[in-house]
Amino acid sequence: MASKPRVKVPKKAEKGEIITIKTLLSHKMESGQRKDKKGNKIPRKIINKFTCTFNGKMVFSCDLEPAISANPYFKFNARVDEPGTFEFTWVEDGGAVFSTKKKIRIG
Amino acid sequence: MHALTRRQVLGAGAGAAVVAGVGIPVSALADADETQKMIKEFAGGAAIKEGRVELDMPEIAENGNTVELGVSVDSPMSESDYVKDVIILADGNPNPGVATFHFTPLSGEASAVTRMRLAKTQNVYAVAKMSDGSVYMTKTTVKVTIGGCGG
Amino acid sequence: MGLRKMGPNKRNLAVGAVMALMTLGLGVAAQAQEMIRRIDNPPPGHPLPEIISGYEFRAPETQALQDDDFDNPGFLWVEQGEELWDEAEGKAGKSCADCHGDPAESMKTAGAEYPKWNEKLGKPINLEARINLCRTENMQAKPWKLESEQMLSMTSFVRTQARGVPVKVQIDGPMKPFFEKGKKLYYTRMGQLDMACANCHEDNYGKRIRSDMLSQGQINGFPTYRLKWQKVGSIHRRFKGCMKQVRAEPFKPGSDEFTALELYVAYRGTGLSVEAPAVRQ
Repeated sequence: MASKPRVKVPKKAEKGEIITIKTLLSHKMESGQRKDKKGNKIPRKIINKFTCTFNGKMVFSCDLEPAISANPYFKFNARVDEPGTFEFTWVEDGGAVFSTKKKIRIG
Repeated sequence: MHALTRRQVLGAGAGAAVVAGVGIPVSALADADETQKMIKEFAGGAAIKEGRVELDMPEIAENGNTVELGVSVDSPMSESDYVKDVIILADGNPNPGVATFHFTPLSGEASAVTRMRLAKTQNVYAVAKMSDGSVYMTKTTVKVTIGGCGG
Repeated sequence: MGLRKMGPNKRNLAVGAVMALMTLGLGVAAQAQEMIRRIDNPPPGHPLPEIISGYEFRAPETQALQDDDFDNPGFLWVEQGEELWDEAEGKAGKSCADCHGDPAESMKTAGAEYPKWNEKLGKPINLEARINLCRTENMQAKPWKLESEQMLSMTSFVRTQARGVPVKVQIDGPMKPFFEKGKKLYYTRMGQLDMACANCHEDNYGKRIRSDMLSQGQINGFPTYRLKWQKVGSIHRRFKGCMKQVRAEPFKPGSDEFTALELYVAYRGTGLSVEAPAVRQ
């Protein structure tokens, strides 16, 4: 079972305000460095890409390596010039994509 | 009540479990040369300057599996002058790569926080590439605590 | 005593951080309530001169992770537990909510009171065992495995409802022999290193074992997100880890031995606020 991505975005902002966004995803970030009880390497399975767009335009993204901790967390900023929708996506090794959206108002 | 006084010693299994917990053979650790090579590749021939980049990490980490990393770059973040990419490298992990942040003028500020793994006490580098191609770097050393009974 | 050994600056930092959070109104409602993390005058007969939550022994960075309900990764499990609460399962077609309604009301104190006496079984049971009894008897569903994501999520969720409530377990009446059994375990030296719980957590809390700061081994923060585990884990998992570290063969999670020990260790933390999901190193 995997929980939904946790995302914290203010509900509204002043025009041109720089807001803080936080995200947290439940994920093991299996590094590919660990071995199981029998001594076999556990294959790597990590989130390798995180992106945040606003009304379709890129705000912030990150390429992740196995050195990022389990349950990857990000805190970053965004400048909000208009009302709209943030979209967050996490891409896993093998291509699975997790995503969520948050709306923001102006005023 | 025999269980109360038993003092059976764990066999090889326990030792193996402890090693697996740490999980990184020493030979697999990245070395400083590899890290420097990656910094040069990232800079793409630009001179690597000091300043403008700040790395915020604890001096001592209570556990190397989860260490908060904050990076910020001094920049107006305008359409014509902004921070494009910031690469984070660690020279004591199995591989130096940690993360590459990509900023845009819509980021508003070139700052980000995440959490990283540190296999042992080591140097962490943050290298920033600006929209004009100039490159700035900083580094910090994080001491990683070794747990009470080897854990 | 323990905190004096740690030095006054660290303590001030910790208190300062919490107060700053409150002043700025950044903490959510539950964080704003007063958390009891230190009791200077334990009740007569208590084995410790002061009762201190594990929170106080941690670095400011680790404390900060717990202080903010968004930054605290333990809430991934709390949120999963909240969803499971409403999910009907088993032949009876019931969910937790069908019997227990609003968890904020019905589970307000449960997280502070376990292990609790179970008349039918004639012994104390912990929260995990109580949840599995609900599943097998009332829901007619399969019990959850002890360290499964479901069990960790439900215990995290239920114990978070009691956040801020002082720990108080029954130790008299029928509980007495189990309390004594737990106490005996606590002081019994075990394993290749020949160490009892008390050798670290009573005799040497506030001191370093290699570079790690020893706490009193309080359990008011469980289930706890451990940076080492990179996930939430149960009290019994932590007990097992301690036993392995002294090179003893651990009891089984869910065993009567660990449940008795859990009862005794919970008593040692009498009066501390439940602070699940805590974040520890």
